[in-house]
Amino acid sequence: MGETGRQLRSKDIVGIKDLSREEIELILDTAVGFKDVLRRDIKKVPTLRGKTVVNLFFEPSTRTRTSFELAAKRLSTDVINFSVSASSVVKGESLIDTATAIQALGADVVIIRHSSSGVPHLLADHLNASVINAGDGINEHPTQALLDAFTIMERFGGISGLSIAIVGDILHSRVAKSNIYCLRTLGADVRLIGPPTLIPEGLFDPDIEVFHSMEEGLGDVDVVMMLRIQMERQDTGFFPTTDEYFRLWGLTRERLALARPDAVVMHPGPMNRGIEIVSDVADSPQSVILDQVTNGIAVRMAVLYLLSGARSGG
Amino acid sequence: MKKGLNLLIRNGHIVDPSQGIDGKGDVLVEDGRISDVRLRPPEPEPPVGPGIEIIDAEGLYVLPGLVDMHVHLREPGYEHKETIRTGTTAAVRGGFTAVCCMPNTKPVNDNETVTEFILRKAYAEGACYVYTIGAITKGQKGEELAEMGMMRDAGCVAFSDDGLPVSKSLLMRRALEYSKVFGVPVISHAEDLSLSAGGVMNEGALSVRLGLRGIPAEAEIIMIKRDIELAALTGGRLHIAHVSTAGGVAAVREAKRAGIDVTAETCPHYFTLTEEAVAGYNTNAKMNPPLRTERDVEAVKEGLADGTLDVIATDHAPHHMDEKLCEFDRAASGISGLETALPLCLRLVDEGVLSMSGLVEKTALNPSRITGIGKGSLRRGSTADIVLLDRDREFTVDAEGFASMGRNTPFDGWRLKGVPVAVICKGRVHENG
Repeated sequence: MGETGRQLRSKDIVGIKDLSREEIELILDTAVGFKDVLRRDIKKVPTLRGKTVVNLFFEPSTRTRTSFELAAKRLSTDVINFSVSASSVVKGESLIDTATAIQALGADVVIIRHSSSGVPHLLADHLNASVINAGDGINEHPTQALLDAFTIMERFGGISGLSIAIVGDILHSRVAKSNIYCLRTLGADVRLIGPPTLIPEGLFDPDIEVFHSMEEGLGDVDVVMMLRIQMERQDTGFFPTTDEYFRLWGLTRERLALARPDAVVMHPGPMNRGIEIVSDVADSPQSVILDQVTNGIAVRMAVLYLLSGARSGG
Repeated sequence: MKKGLNLLIRNGHIVDPSQGIDGKGDVLVEDGRISDVRLRPPEPEPPVGPGIEIIDAEGLYVLPGLVDMHVHLREPGYEHKETIRTGTTAAVRGGFTAVCCMPNTKPVNDNETVTEFILRKAYAEGACYVYTIGAITKGQKGEELAEMGMMRDAGCVAFSDDGLPVSKSLLMRRALEYSKVFGVPVISHAEDLSLSAGGVMNEGALSVRLGLRGIPAEAEIIMIKRDIELAALTGGRLHIAHVSTAGGVAAVREAKRAGIDVTAETCPHYFTLTEEAVAGYNTNAKMNPPLRTERDVEAVKEGLADGTLDVIATDHAPHHMDEKLCEFDRAASGISGLETALPLCLRLVDEGVLSMSGLVEKTALNPSRITGIGKGSLRRGSTADIVLLDRDREFTVDAEGFASMGRNTPFDGWRLKGVPVAVICKGRVHENG
C-alpha cells in the first residue's frame, strides 16, 4: 500500500466530523492501492483473513450493504449480514442487546445503518469491535463522502479550490452533511442549492453560500452533486409536488451547461430519474455516477483495512 | 407533654419571606406546629422545657420546607421508574416538604378514584406532603373535559395535561372558563405539537450538526401566547409550566403588565444548561421542552430576577435506565431533578440573580400560594415543615446514590454546594449527612 505506518486515531468511523484532514487523506491514499486490486483478474487479497465483519442494517439498503460486503470479501474476511426488520425492533430487543450479542458472536467490525442519528456513537461506546457508520438518521454517511471525494480527486487530481454545488434536500441528507464536512476539510468551496424549506439559512458554516435558484447557483462550478429526493423521509409541506421540484431544481442539460465545460455530475444513488435529474445528464460522459459505485468498494476496503490496523495497534 | 414533635431550632439564619423575616433567630416547634419564630433571641434566653429537642442551627439557614409544584411520581402505573415512596423520599433529600404530582400516570389521574388512590398512598407512605394535579381532559387525550369538580373535592389543587398540551384552543378556553368555579389554576404545558413534531432537541445550528430533528422555540412561544389570550378572554387562572425560552418569558412579562391573571414557572436545568449538553448524543440532557441557547438562559434568569417567573419547580421526571440507554430519538425525556434542585438554585443567589429571600419565594412561598396549599411559611400555626440548609457544604452529585429510582441526570459528577442537612416534615426529622 505504500503508506508509512500512519493510522487512524480511533477504533471507529462514526462521522467525518471526527476525522482530521490527515486521516481523510490517509484513507483516500490507501484506497488508491485497493482500487488496483479491483482491476486485477483475481480481486482478492488475504489481508484481513480470519476477521469477522458484520453488516447490521436497521434500514433497507442494497447498494451500500452490498458494497461493504464486497469490500470485506475482497479482503478475505468473513461477512455476516443482519437485516433487522421492523418486526424485530417491535419485538423489543434493545439496540444495545442486539449489538453486544453480535460482538459475543465474534464480530471484529460492525457496520451499522440506522434511522436514528447517534446510534453509531452509542454502539462505539459500548462495543470493543470497530464501528463503521453506514448512515445514521439525518446525521452522517462518512464512507459515502469519502468515496465521493475519491471520485472527485480521480477526475481533477485534487480537491482544494474546486467549486462544488450540492443540490437538493440538504436538511435531511446524511450524504450532504458528510460531504459538506469532508469537502470543506479538504479545502473545496462548497455551495448549496435547493428550496428554503430544505436548506434553512444560518445553520452551516458562513463560508458556504446558499442559493435557492439553480440558474444562480450553478455558474462555473466544477462538480454538481445531486441528492435524492427522499420521499420516505419527507414530512409534508417541504415542497408542493415533485413536478414543481423538478421544474425548479431538477438538473437538466441547460442547467448543467451553466457549470464549467469539464464539470462532473455526481449522485449517491439510487436516482429518481425525471425528478432530480434527467436521464440525458445521468447517462452523459460528464456523469461519474458509476465510478462512484466502483470507488465505493475501494474506499470501504481502505476503511476496513485501516480500522483493523487501528485496533491491533498497527 | 405534647405528643407531636417538639423542637427548638437555635441560632440559625431564618429566611421566611411570608413574614418578611431574614435574620438570626430561633424557631420553636410545639406538637408538630410552629409555635414561635424569635429573631435575635433575648438575652438571657428563656429556659428550655423538658422533652424539647434542641437543634443547633449555627451556621445554617432555616427555611420553610420547599414546595415543588411540578413532579412526576409515576405511581400508579410506572412503578419501574418511581413510586410515591421513593419520589417523596427523594423530595425530602432535596429539601422539599411538599410536592404536587402531575396526572400522567397509568391510569391517568382524570377522576376522583385515582386522585384518592394517590392521596391515600401518599398519606401512608409519603415522606413529604403530596398534592395532586388532576388532568384537564379525559385520558389527557385533549378531547373532553375531565371531572374537575369531583377531582377538586377529592383533593386536586390544580389541573394540567402536562406531558401534553391542550391542542384544541376551544377546549383550553372551556377549561379556563370552567375552572373558575373552583378557583384553581390551569397549568399549561405550552407546546405546539405540529411545530415540535419529530423534534428531540432545540432547533438550531447544533441540531443540524448533530443530525437531530429540532424543536423551534416558537413551538413554546406560540402556545404561551395563545394561552395568555385565552386567559384574558375567560378570566381563568393560568399557570405556565417549565418556561424555557426568551420569547416565552417576554410574553409572560407583557401579559402581567396588562393585568392578566397568569403565573409561570421554570426549572433549574433551564437556567443552568444549554443545548450544548446534548453533544455526544447525551440522552440525560434530553428533555421537553428542550435545553435552549445562552440567550434563553439569560432571559430565564432575568425573568426570575424581575418577578416575571414566579416559581422554580423541578419537573422531576424519573425514568428507568433502559429508557435512556438507547438511541437518542427513542430515549425518554426528562431528568430526575429533586436531589439537585436546591444547590443549582443557590447558584442564582451566588450570581446575584436572587436573594436568599427571593429564592425561598420562588421555591416555597409562591408555589404554595399559587396552589393554595398553605405551606411555604414559618408562620405560627403552620405545620413544622422546615429545612436546615448548609449553604457552603460541597458535594459531588452521585446519581447512583439518589433516593429517587431515577438516575437520569445530566449533573452526575458535578461539584455543587448546598446541602439540606436536616429536613423536618410530617413529624419527623430527616438528617442528610
